[in-house]
Amino acid sequence: MDAVFRIWRSDPTTGAGAFKDYRTPASEGMVVLDAVHRIQADEAPDLACRWNCKAGKCGSCSAEINGHPRLMCMTRLSQLNLAEPVTVEPMRAFPLIKDLVTDVSWNFTVKPRITRFTPRPPDGADGTWRMAQRDIDRVQEFRKCIECFLCQNVCHVIRDHGKTDAFVGPRYLIYTAALEMHPLDTADRVTALKKEYGIGYCNITKCCTSVCPEHIHITDNGIIPLKERVVDRHYDPVMRFLRVITG
Amino acid sequence: MAAHATYAYDVLVVGAGGAGLRAAIEAAKAGVSVGLLCKSLLGKAHTVMAEGGIAAALANVDERDSWTVHFADTMRGGQYVNNWRMAEIHAREAPARVRELEAWGAVFDRTADGRILQRNFGGHRYPRLAHVGDRTGLELIRTLQDYTIHLGVTVHMEHTVVTLLVDEGHVAGVVAYDRERGRFHVFAAKAVILATGGVGRAYKITSNSWEGTGDGHALAYRAGAELIDMEFIQFHPTGMIWPPSVKGILVTEGVRGEGGILTNTEGRRFMFDDIPENYRPQTASDPDEGWRYTQGDRSARRPPELLTRDHVARCIVREIKAGRGSPHGGVFLDISWIKSKLPDAEAHIKRKLPSMYHQFKELADIDITKEPMEVGPTTHYVMGGVRVDGDTQMSRVPGLFAAGECASGINGANRLGGNSLSDLLVFGQRAGQYAADWVRTQPARPLDDGVVSGAIQQSLAPFERGSTAENPYLVQQDLQELMQNQVGIVRSHAEMSEALQAIGALRERASRVGVDGHREYNAGWHASLDLDNLLVVSEAITRSALERRESRGGHFREDHPGQTAEFGAVNIMVRQVADGSMEVSRVPIPPLPDALKQVIEEQKG
Repeated sequence: MDAVFRIWRSDPTTGAGAFKDYRTPASEGMVVLDAVHRIQADEAPDLACRWNCKAGKCGSCSAEINGHPRLMCMTRLSQLNLAEPVTVEPMRAFPLIKDLVTDVSWNFTVKPRITRFTPRPPDGADGTWRMAQRDIDRVQEFRKCIECFLCQNVCHVIRDHGKTDAFVGPRYLIYTAALEMHPLDTADRVTALKKEYGIGYCNITKCCTSVCPEHIHITDNGIIPLKERVVDRHYDPVMRFLRVITG
Repeated sequence: MAAHATYAYDVLVVGAGGAGLRAAIEAAKAGVSVGLLCKSLLGKAHTVMAEGGIAAALANVDERDSWTVHFADTMRGGQYVNNWRMAEIHAREAPARVRELEAWGAVFDRTADGRILQRNFGGHRYPRLAHVGDRTGLELIRTLQDYTIHLGVTVHMEHTVVTLLVDEGHVAGVVAYDRERGRFHVFAAKAVILATGGVGRAYKITSNSWEGTGDGHALAYRAGAELIDMEFIQFHPTGMIWPPSVKGILVTEGVRGEGGILTNTEGRRFMFDDIPENYRPQTASDPDEGWRYTQGDRSARRPPELLTRDHVARCIVREIKAGRGSPHGGVFLDISWIKSKLPDAEAHIKRKLPSMYHQFKELADIDITKEPMEVGPTTHYVMGGVRVDGDTQMSRVPGLFAAGECASGINGANRLGGNSLSDLLVFGQRAGQYAADWVRTQPARPLDDGVVSGAIQQSLAPFERGSTAENPYLVQQDLQELMQNQVGIVRSHAEMSEALQAIGALRERASRVGVDGHREYNAGWHASLDLDNLLVVSEAITRSALERRESRGGHFREDHPGQTAEFGAVNIMVRQVADGSMEVSRVPIPPLPDALKQVIEEQKG
């Protein structure tokens, strides 16, 4: 059977854009990225689409499919209603470059601002460390992140309020959580979380968690524990009083 | 006239996968200025797809392991046509490269006493692969990426190199375009390190991402470097085969390392039917011994599913051809059977192979904890590449280095699983170190304006021809079909001679491809520019495979099924000669030093 894909096309010189419909055959097991490739090969070779591994591991092909932020390579046509046109749009939180490709470069400027991994001295004379598996399970969950930026895309602080100067976004809160909870790390990012990374802007609507293709529990396992650390240090009245009298 | 460079660096690294990032780190730490070009966004390179692990003789799980065993395993797996110096360096230095990743923040799975856990893999005598579940490549690339961003390396994302600039035989820089705007940029550099990965996109069924178009191979070749071992292509035995749209996506060897078995439609474990003589002493005699091996019983020998990839791939092809294949034309790979051995098998599989579970569940509606997967061979890796000095990674073009998959030597005729990630680290580090040393003695070189404008003009030619000309996608598809069918797993003189003719015809068509639209992020234009590189590597593979009239490792000739001593003593080399044509020659392999010869002898049996 055929399916209709309603794809956002833009003119990179003027920035103007509109949806355009493409009809293409849908076969068993196809994903949205297959359809986009087919359309490129058959009728629109200049259709811009960022992709790489086509296996859900590189996080390049993020888009909004029927309004839902998803990886195109992991969205099967069988999950969609093909009786209606399938809309495919670029991520809305980032500036458009062309068609389905957005300028995500802001994300790459955030990470260097976060205090880097700072390990304790090695445990053994041979320069190695000892860590128990149970102590790294949580960090390994966060390190599954493929940097698709879908969480950044749906975060209302970024998407609706454009607070990219004051807030690092869920991706980099998870990055910070992976460092803070790393058994070997000795750096302290708690004050920076409050003052520089803007963790207070997050009001735990969990939109980020709901779109994560790696199913990382971004809010419950990452952001909330970080918020607790910030609260313990900066908002605990007893501690605050003690700090005042002890300097 | 001299061209004006947009950017100038001491060392320019082309490619930002594992090898490129590791090279950039080393050069930056040595204090020279470093530029890094990525074809994609930073951190998206094909290295993220590596699943199983990094091979390094840490001896954390089995203290009998050492660099000598790893060296002997690598040479045996490569059928002894490896660059033995590279195999030696690799085995010696891999443990230090893995430990340093931990110091940079990598979080490997742990042993009970808290050290880096290692798993079994094909062709490795002892559990040797440091890993993170089945997403080791992501961990490696993210660790290197997060470390690199604090070193002052300038990263240029979504840039593709169209030509290397050479001055008096020395590397002088590159011309590249950026995808976002379609503008050309000239980079001056005293040294260029190619780390561009593989050539899988020359084939129809491949585990490689779109980037694997042989860019580094072709750039080096056109600049006067030599390519060796191009006939040796690794067809990974287990790629997904169903549904059609996912055909080729990798199914990690880790599935077999954790106890997964291969069966045909009759339910027979066919791998027990064909065990090569030189592996027989190390191979389990029955299924029970094989299972005990995967569970860490040190007295047991490995199951035949963990024989080398070339052999397993051929056995699978044989089953399919004999009509004993699975419904969609593959064989069965079953990990769910271990529930008869382990009480918590389902949770165990999900913990050990999370992305495989996820991949099959999401893309094929298959729950691998409950039912077998269908798998078949997929083009995975090229052992061949730029011929480099084993110690420094410099090619015969002064100032041009290569590391990782686009370089050649360490793997010989067949790569062992896990040796790729360690190769990236060991030789990426060396390339970075020696390139930094090199540039200290080199002057900045002039860039030839005529060459720069010629390269730009040629790159823009598809726009002049317009979309009524040849469609670049169709030319690429026809090339992939040709290489898959005629220069694939089973090869013959007749088919490959035809293929060579056909490649010539495709080159004609490629010279006529055209596109419409703007230069900004124009996928059809990018596909047009990739074609030339794909054609160079396809011709190199075909000519080299015609020349090697024997079967060895990843190269199987049905008209010459046996191995010969004559070809065991040479590497096949191609280079471009003055009239622009490709010359094929045989290069004798230098004799093994006695000490290494002794290591190999000791490890036999």
